[in-house]
Amino acid sequence: MADITLTIDGKQVTVPQGSTVLEAAQKADIFIPTFCHDPELSRYGACRMCVVEIPGMRNLPASCVTEARDGMEVYTESPAVIEARKTILELLLANHPLDCLTCPKNGDCRLQDYCYYYGVGDTPFEGEHHEYEVEEENPFIVRDMNKCILCGKCVRACAEIQGRGVIDFAYRGVNTKVATIMDVPLSESECLFCGNCVAVCPVGALQEKGLRSQARTWEVEKVKTTCSYCGCGCNFDLNVKDNKVVGVTSCDGDVNGRALCVKGRFGYGFIHHPDRLTKPLIKKDGEFVEAEWDEALSLVAGKMGETKKEYGADSLSVLSSARCTNEENYLLQKFTRAVLGTNNIDHCARL
Amino acid sequence: MTNSIEEISKADYILAIGTNTTESHPIIGLEVKKAIRNGTGLAVADPRKTEVASMAHRHMQLKSGSDIALLNGLAHVIIEEGLYAKEFVEERTEDFEAFKETVSKYTPECVEEITGVPVDILKEVARNYAQAKNAPILYTMGITQHICGTHNVLAVANLSMLCGHIGKESSGVNPLRGQNNVQGACDMGALPNVFTAYQKVGMENVQAKYANAWNVDALPDKVGINIGQMMERAGSNVKAMYIMGENPVLSDPDSNHVAHALESLDFLVVQDIFLTETARLADVVLPATSFAEKDGTFTNTERRVQRVRKAIDPVGNAMPDWEIICNLSSVMGYPMNYSSAKDIFDEISTVTPSYAGMSYERLDNGGLQWPCPTEDHPGTPYLHKDKFARGLGKFSAVDYVPPAEQPDAEYPMILSTGRRHFHYHTGTMTRRTGTLDKYYNEESLEINEIDAQKLGINNGDKVKVTSRRGSVEVKACVGDTVPEGMVFTSFHFSEVAINKVTNSQVDPVSNIPEFKVCAVRVEKYSAKNVS
Ligand code: SF4
Ligand code: SF4
Repeated sequence: MADITLTIDGKQVTVPQGSTVLEAAQKADIFIPTFCHDPELSRYGACRMCVVEIPGMRNLPASCVTEARDGMEVYTESPAVIEARKTILELLLANHPLDCLTCPKNGDCRLQDYCYYYGVGDTPFEGEHHEYEVEEENPFIVRDMNKCILCGKCVRACAEIQGRGVIDFAYRGVNTKVATIMDVPLSESECLFCGNCVAVCPVGALQEKGLRSQARTWEVEKVKTTCSYCGCGCNFDLNVKDNKVVGVTSCDGDVNGRALCVKGRFGYGFIHHPDRLTKPLIKKDGEFVEAEWDEALSLVAGKMGETKKEYGADSLSVLSSARCTNEENYLLQKFTRAVLGTNNIDHCARL
Repeated sequence: MTNSIEEISKADYILAIGTNTTESHPIIGLEVKKAIRNGTGLAVADPRKTEVASMAHRHMQLKSGSDIALLNGLAHVIIEEGLYAKEFVEERTEDFEAFKETVSKYTPECVEEITGVPVDILKEVARNYAQAKNAPILYTMGITQHICGTHNVLAVANLSMLCGHIGKESSGVNPLRGQNNVQGACDMGALPNVFTAYQKVGMENVQAKYANAWNVDALPDKVGINIGQMMERAGSNVKAMYIMGENPVLSDPDSNHVAHALESLDFLVVQDIFLTETARLADVVLPATSFAEKDGTFTNTERRVQRVRKAIDPVGNAMPDWEIICNLSSVMGYPMNYSSAKDIFDEISTVTPSYAGMSYERLDNGGLQWPCPTEDHPGTPYLHKDKFARGLGKFSAVDYVPPAEQPDAEYPMILSTGRRHFHYHTGTMTRRTGTLDKYYNEESLEINEIDAQKLGINNGDKVKVTSRRGSVEVKACVGDTVPEGMVFTSFHFSEVAINKVTNSQVDPVSNIPEFKVCAVRVEKYSAKNVS
């Protein structure tokens, strides 16, 4: 495809034909705020936060749905643009609960970011405040539709990433709301709790229940890793606070992008479960007794050695694990072959 | 998988056999859904009306265990109608004639009789698959967990070679692996007959290479015994066992037998993060860590090696599995002085040709798919591009054999087992999450409404499922997901330890147990509604 060149804020940018103005700006590292845009989802052009000024065009076009053309001149921070963005923010604030002090999304909220950036702290508009009940009866997701800004990202994520279409816009006008069919709670819908809608929500309307009840957004350290459940091999970020895994959030995974399933996103609770074994156990008279590592390991080494001496190496068998790492599987087969002296090693590959 | 996950959505036509993809492999399920939205055709062969079956353009609701008849039937139609890839068969395969001869018996009419799949549907799927530009076959345990599992896999391979649908992007044979690192455990040689990268035990040069790498005089060169044989010989030839991170008491068939076998050992060590049903039987239990507490790598179902990163310190006195092995080995007089998982990986890459080009430095920039033989090799998204590993692709004529256990007067129904979306394996992890277990907290048995009516069973009634080996009680879920004569449940719940019921008959080659078919009797347990 042919390339075209345009000028954004005085900077020349060359992009493939068919790119949007927003994409061209991003390529040139020029910041344009967005709410409803997401590179993985279909184009929507509804929030108008990304408006820019293009001489010759009537009104201010939304850059996420405006095609870049050769020779085009674009201004992303002109007075008219700033004015328009401020008005959009003021309109959003008019029916948004201003409870940032207690909102768990505080610190990772696009509405908050942009209001700060454009100095919008208040609104002249008299808005319609809704009194929707906060939905939190399922163990995974908290849905607070009072905070929804109707960007429709969750609707598209559910339909386009998850392929499910559990949620959609319902009702009209000021009562427009994202809802399940018949407006029932998620737990009574076809929802699978993949949380892919949560991953794209720019504000506090959709949040991870466990994560947000345990840590504020800036308190966590994120460690990218690979899921320990199925063979898909999704990547995600473990969110860590005070040496505890408090949640999982999407990163850009090789296989999965930002998508995860319910197990990967919400199935981390076992890590700190009180049932975790924390000390070696030795059975004495039919009961387990806690022991130190030295005692346990010498007992194991001794018994394995004796058995080998008495009955030969092939009287020993080892089961390795499809859940452990490659390094561990490698070491255990090395141990079995080189130290125990047998090839009696297998794992539950077949199950 | 011979293909990559992302290739699925670019296919023309997908044939999914015995895979409940959207539940067992959710993210691969998303690829399938994406494919359908892109206009890809989808045919599903499964006795159950799974979610993916309901998305399919054609659902072939075949009788349990009749896969070979179906696959041979598809091949029959394709050959009969001259739709096969003649050039590919000519140039890249051998033994076509014998195969052709075998499948000639599988006329659509005879296949309908065995499988229950109507003639016209069989023909339509055969034509669509053969004429597609590229078409992957996806399968899971629905193919392998049969006494004829190995033959099932060969029949799948035959079909793909017949149409030249292998060795290309979006065309291949794709077993979807159930557990996160089954692929890696196999690659690493945690098998009785191979070292890493499937280098055979007993081959002189292989034995010498490892003896040298591991600094020992010699290594045992006799193929070891597999898990089924270990359980059989426990207490007799096998005296002591070391189990790392597996729970065979719940996961393996005929669990009463497994528990008994483990109890009869002189000495059992279990290394795990919880006191599992298996660990309870041990003499010594060693506390290991979860994936969040260690560094390492996992290899996913598309052969992609990816980093696991330590996020927190070990809980209590627990220790990563690799450190436990190092310490034990040192106590036993063979010091293993690795300072980190990275050290171990460096050694792996020196002895494992398919991993030779990988390193933690490279993996930090993203996963790599094996084979990756050199440091500048980009990895291999799909296998068998210009030739098969063995040279020519071999057609293996295989015949349909009925499942080991057929329904009879005493045990008139077929039980099949599998996985659920909200749980994983034996439930040791998912049932301790505080989320998944709250939401899906009781297992049920799917039963067809017609059977339920006959047996006087209502939705939510407690029923007893009995086979020749044992019985369990479970709540009934009446519907039409399973066909008449079949019931289905998972093995995630210890309260419904379904593997007391399943058959430990195994495929003679792969030793995979026949989880997908066993004969059972279902009866109402009590009239009390337990839901
Ligand atoms: S959790 Fe997943 S299935 Fe449920 S509404 Fe969100 S995207 Fe849709
Ligand atoms: S997040 Fe879900 S689909 Fe992805 S690897 Fe984990 S269990 Fe599999």
